[in-house]
Amino acid sequence: MLSLHHDARTPVHALPAGVKLLVLFAVGTTLFFVTSMTVLGAAVVGVGLCYALARIPWRTAGRQLLTVLPFAVSILALQWLFSGWETAVLVGQRIVVLVMLANLVTLTTRTTAMIAAIETALRPLKPLGIRPERVGLVVAMTIRFIPVIKEQADQVRAAQRARGVERSTAFLAPLLVKTLRLADGLGEALDARGVDGPRRTEGTRPL
Amino acid sequence: MAQIALFAAIMVVLGFFPLIELPLVPAPFTSQTLGVILAGSIIGARRGGLAILLFVVLVVIGLPVLPGGRGGLGVILGPTGGFVLAYPVGAYVTGLLTERLWKRYNQWTAMLCNLVGGALVLYAIGIPWMAVAAHLSMEKAVTGSVVFLPGDLLKVVIGSLAAVTVRRAYPMITPGTPRPAGDERA
Repeated sequence: MLSLHHDARTPVHALPAGVKLLVLFAVGTTLFFVTSMTVLGAAVVGVGLCYALARIPWRTAGRQLLTVLPFAVSILALQWLFSGWETAVLVGQRIVVLVMLANLVTLTTRTTAMIAAIETALRPLKPLGIRPERVGLVVAMTIRFIPVIKEQADQVRAAQRARGVERSTAFLAPLLVKTLRLADGLGEALDARGVDGPRRTEGTRPL
Repeated sequence: MAQIALFAAIMVVLGFFPLIELPLVPAPFTSQTLGVILAGSIIGARRGGLAILLFVVLVVIGLPVLPGGRGGLGVILGPTGGFVLAYPVGAYVTGLLTERLWKRYNQWTAMLCNLVGGALVLYAIGIPWMAVAAHLSMEKAVTGSVVFLPGDLLKVVIGSLAAVTVRRAYPMITPGTPRPAGDERA
């Protein structure tokens, strides 16, 4: 699994993840109230300068822009058709600034730092039964599950072929049951190691 | 907890399926709403919702888990971000309805649950978001999203078939009797 992170040592990279996220949300909210093309144009230039400051290679920045291009173009076309080119340019500038700034945060922040920031952000949700300190473990488990699902899918397909079923609509259900069994096994293993499940303290007795 | 991770991973895998981008429609066609439906209808509201929330966390921390290898905060703040943010809510609602109708769960009630949670809830959040983010009027955002309806209905049917079969083979939801307090084995 490839992270989108781009490694370098720059002031932008050094900023704490939480600060970057706050800046992003602040900019994101204010942008919707700005209706001046020059201000938005300045914002586009500003984001470009931030990219330069973070020493993001042109190619990486371009690839980021490319992923939003199809959507941006279709929205611009729609706007131009229905509301005239001024709105189209405004909306285009807004999308470019937001998306590029958000991608800059992603590019300059390590996945681990992002997880830590999210753990902090999730802390108020503790009463709901969410344990923020588990987030890292669960994220790792999810990433590990991805190739496992593929393996299981191959097995189901092989089993169906062995029975002479070439194309079956009943593919999803066996795959789900198989992977659910695996997940339950893993859950039990976590339980046994005291990672998951209720905290049992009465069971521990000094020898 | 392992189940939550599993369904988040299923979401990621579904994202690898071929992606059809339609011209003039600012949102890609994805199989991922199927993941939303499956999570809610198989492991229930709380765990299903958390699983998809976990998936959104993966997107936010910048893993390229959305269709077409997209990911990162840019997508969330972009015009289609509302749909992504609506996924956990959709899974939760699907699960809630499934738990309510668990005793009478069959192909038809399953489709009802999945239609509401896996399509209507997503539209209700995603379309206004798109209207604001892309500065479109509500009508235009709605018209732009109509093309997804056939695909979404197909996913509702597929998801319901799978959910009903899994319910028979390996039921995960215990209706009416909430898990004993403190049992967080999810």
